[in-house]
Amino acid sequence: MTDLPTTTDRKLGLVIDLDTCVGCHACVISCKGWNTENYGAPLSDQDPYGADPSGTFLNRVHSFEVQPAPCSAQPSPTAQLVHFPKSCLHCEDAPCVTVCPTGASYKRVEDGIVLVNESDCIGCGLCAWSCPYGARELDLAEGVMKKCTLCVDRIYNENLPEEDRVPSCVRTCPAGARHFGDLGDPTSDVSKLVAERGGMDLMPEQGTRPVNKYLPPRPKDQLGDIDVLAPLLAPVAEEPKGFLGWLDKALDALPGNSSGGSN
Amino acid sequence: MHPAPSVIVFTTLSGLGFGLLFFLGLGMPGATGGVAFVFFALAYALAVGGLLASTFHLGHPERAWKAFTQWRSSWLSREGCAAVAALLIMGLYAIGRIFYAADWQFLGGIGAMLSLTTVFTTSMIYAQLKTIPRWNMALVPVKFLTFALAGGALLAGQETLATWLLLIAGAVALAYWQRGDRAFATAGSDIGSATGLGDRGAVRAFEPPHTGSNYLLREFVHVVGRKHSLKLRVIGVSLAFVLPLLFLLLPVSGLALKHTLAGLAVVSHIAGVFCCRWLFFAEAEHVVGLYYGKR
Ligand code: SF4
Ligand code: SF4
Repeated sequence: MTDLPTTTDRKLGLVIDLDTCVGCHACVISCKGWNTENYGAPLSDQDPYGADPSGTFLNRVHSFEVQPAPCSAQPSPTAQLVHFPKSCLHCEDAPCVTVCPTGASYKRVEDGIVLVNESDCIGCGLCAWSCPYGARELDLAEGVMKKCTLCVDRIYNENLPEEDRVPSCVRTCPAGARHFGDLGDPTSDVSKLVAERGGMDLMPEQGTRPVNKYLPPRPKDQLGDIDVLAPLLAPVAEEPKGFLGWLDKALDALPGNSSGGSN
Repeated sequence: MHPAPSVIVFTTLSGLGFGLLFFLGLGMPGATGGVAFVFFALAYALAVGGLLASTFHLGHPERAWKAFTQWRSSWLSREGCAAVAALLIMGLYAIGRIFYAADWQFLGGIGAMLSLTTVFTTSMIYAQLKTIPRWNMALVPVKFLTFALAGGALLAGQETLATWLLLIAGAVALAYWQRGDRAFATAGSDIGSATGLGDRGAVRAFEPPHTGSNYLLREFVHVVGRKHSLKLRVIGVSLAFVLPLLFLLLPVSGLALKHTLAGLAVVSHIAGVFCCRWLFFAEAEHVVGLYYGKR
């Protein structure tokens, strides 16, 4: 049934640190790699080596620029670049589940993961229409809906060493910007991180109540004019004097010469 | 939103078909025999043809029957159930009309209600989506219902009713655009809320996640077609409502001339509704475009 469970035993999800993410896209690649070989239909590419390549991805990294408004303390603040990974947020009030006509989309009672049963999916695309975050993509080769599974085939997989029983993106991130855990348990590491760093929801006005949280970037450091290396980099050559000075002026005076550098 | 031809054809034709079935179920016109057959054949061709067209955009049409299972939660599923129920009941009613010259009013009444319900469920598939503010309003079901009723009355040859319904549907179309143009702004989602970074300054999409296009951009971000939307609105309303009204109200004598004009009214109306339906999709902006700095 595509009714949503009223509560789930756990709320497994991701916490993404926008302060730490360096925008390397390693999570994008590891996600595609793991999920094309495992759970469900592979993630196809169309025209991958041609002029107009595109393909199915469950995780994509955007980059945004934030330009703070000038104020008296900072008359000309510098803009900040924020790299922004985005995948399914495993919403508690997931509209993608209730719109599904076939029951293919569902939210698991035991851990809150939102999944698609691909053998029931007719590929109508309505769930992707209902997701505000662009977290669902219809695979053009398979005609079924693909989305982040929170690596459901890794996190409970006893055949993997324990440190690998986390989503592929979390395991791969070289910056440690992605965290995985139970956001329904206030004592879990991820919940503490969210409380400490003011973790936020994306588009709360959509009423989806996402499980995944984003940690805001810390404000940019303000160094003022202090630059410890500046004295060492001061230009050594002064205005040329004596013969060199005369030569310089004489050469400058020749026709056809632009007023170039003085040394 | 990408204006997919299959969905535009589906909503336009099936809307007209179920609109016509509504009037046939109420005994307007109360034709029997061969004439009734022509009317019902037309209604079924439109309604069923539309439904078939809608399966063209499915990834797995062979599993479409599974869509009847989730009527408790899904408007798309309810639409499927309502459509099949309406077509079955109206089929029985049609048999009475065509072969027995009988008017099984009770059956016809139920069939008429189910036909309207089908149009309503179709409209709710769109109106339920908070992600598309232009659709997420009560005017969307009103628009689908009035369009279907006006077209149905026109096809059923109910001239007086059609005149009024065309006027009402035209007014609803204008109101829908008037409200819809402000819907995205009033819904309150912007690139600031989408990224959660809005209170730190002005947010700008700096780099998209990929150099090429993707499913999301193809399906949800349709900027090109909106360029001519004002012109298309004028064309749509003129063809769908103004011209048919003129054709209906022109004081002419002679049955042949009257029939020709009525035929022209129908053709013009259908073309206009196609145009309006194309705009319904092309003008609709999905909030996911915010992440790409596009709408
Ligand atoms: S992020 Fe989108 S796909 Fe994932 S649960 Fe929420 S609405 Fe559904
Ligand atoms: S695309 Fe598949 S999962 Fe999504 S709503 Fe349609 S049937 Fe359900």
